[in-house]
Amino acid sequence: MAECCKTDKGDKKKINYYIPFLLIPLAVLIYIFLEQGVDFLVYGILNLDKNSHLTESIRFFLYDTPKVFILLTVIVFVVGIIRSYFSPEKTRKALEGKPLFAGNVMAASLGILTPFCTCSAIPLFIGFVESGIPLGVTFSFLIAAPMINEVALVLLFGLFGWKTALLYASTGLLIAIVSGWVIGKLKVERFVEEWVYEIKAGDFQMAEQKVTFTDRIQAGHTAVVDIVSKVWIYIVAGIAVGAAVHGYVPENFMASIMGKEAWWSVPLAVLIGVPLYSNAAGIIPILQALLEKGASLGTALAFMMSVIGLSLPEMIILRKIIKIPLIVIFISVVATGIMIVGFLFNWIY
Amino acid sequence: MKIAILGMGCATCNKLEDTVRLAVKETGVDAQIDHVKDIKQIMAYGVMTTPALVIDGKVVAAGKLPSLADIKKMIGG
Repeated sequence: MAECCKTDKGDKKKINYYIPFLLIPLAVLIYIFLEQGVDFLVYGILNLDKNSHLTESIRFFLYDTPKVFILLTVIVFVVGIIRSYFSPEKTRKALEGKPLFAGNVMAASLGILTPFCTCSAIPLFIGFVESGIPLGVTFSFLIAAPMINEVALVLLFGLFGWKTALLYASTGLLIAIVSGWVIGKLKVERFVEEWVYEIKAGDFQMAEQKVTFTDRIQAGHTAVVDIVSKVWIYIVAGIAVGAAVHGYVPENFMASIMGKEAWWSVPLAVLIGVPLYSNAAGIIPILQALLEKGASLGTALAFMMSVIGLSLPEMIILRKIIKIPLIVIFISVVATGIMIVGFLFNWIY
Repeated sequence: MKIAILGMGCATCNKLEDTVRLAVKETGVDAQIDHVKDIKQIMAYGVMTTPALVIDGKVVAAGKLPSLADIKKMIGG
């Protein structure tokens, strides 16, 4: 059997082409009837006590896990296809010679769409600097790329509705634009390691390969396998924690520590969140549980943004090319932006 | 043939090196494999994403991990 599959590589791609399109309607159907299905299973077949906390926890877990996974798979697949149209090289070309503010807006928007991994932050930074893109614009890109994350967007949409998801994406974008612009105004060029400016980057011309739509489907498929295999354990663990809190912690337990009356909860949430690093998937189900128990939306969002947007590993990587003062400026400007967003949400709601 | 892997020690970069070594071994192509970790040398190729794969001075892949089959095709095995 193993032998046959090795030689059948060519056919495998063809199969991948239409399978996703058959699965999407199926996923939508499951998604629509999920709540009824879970209720039927929990109350009908298992015949669990409707008023027990344990039943509530089980129901929460059984409903949220498939829901989140369906949303995640579909969106990551679509985003994977969209991203195949973008690359850091194209983004750099688009940003060259753009004036400061317009450049910040473009860089932040492209930061969401361009495939980017923190491990490539150094070559990307140098590549941008090399082609004369202002530091502030480069930072807008570096802030937006991790902060606005498709996994977080999916989870917010699935668990809290489209308004929260939209608020997250738009305020995240705003933070990236304004922070980059502020950093650009601060004249921080001297805090970049000298050798960065001395590097003579080669003129990179990758042999133009014809990218077919099948290749893009393949890219979407790869993204799903990549991301889901990495985050599934965090999602399950996160939902399990959420389920436990859902069933047991008394209502409004969190309100006194993370509610909107406690103004200091926003800076505290950011202070705790900045050094922490978790992928978006792991943190959101926990947030859901917190919110349900009375934590305010602003505080919760600020916590999430600081966890996924700023992280210790990223700073350690960036330290190789920028000096400590710029790292401090970078963290302070972005953290301030996140705090303002947190306060704003607490004030609006 | 000269093959260079550009990467600064990230997990994917190391995986690319392993895959390249396997591809070379399985195809029996005569090749010299280099793992370039110095950022200045990496930038000299002009790539902005790692890992990148360079064959005889030409960048053939950047920012992704090509499959074993693709690498075999690239090295002409």
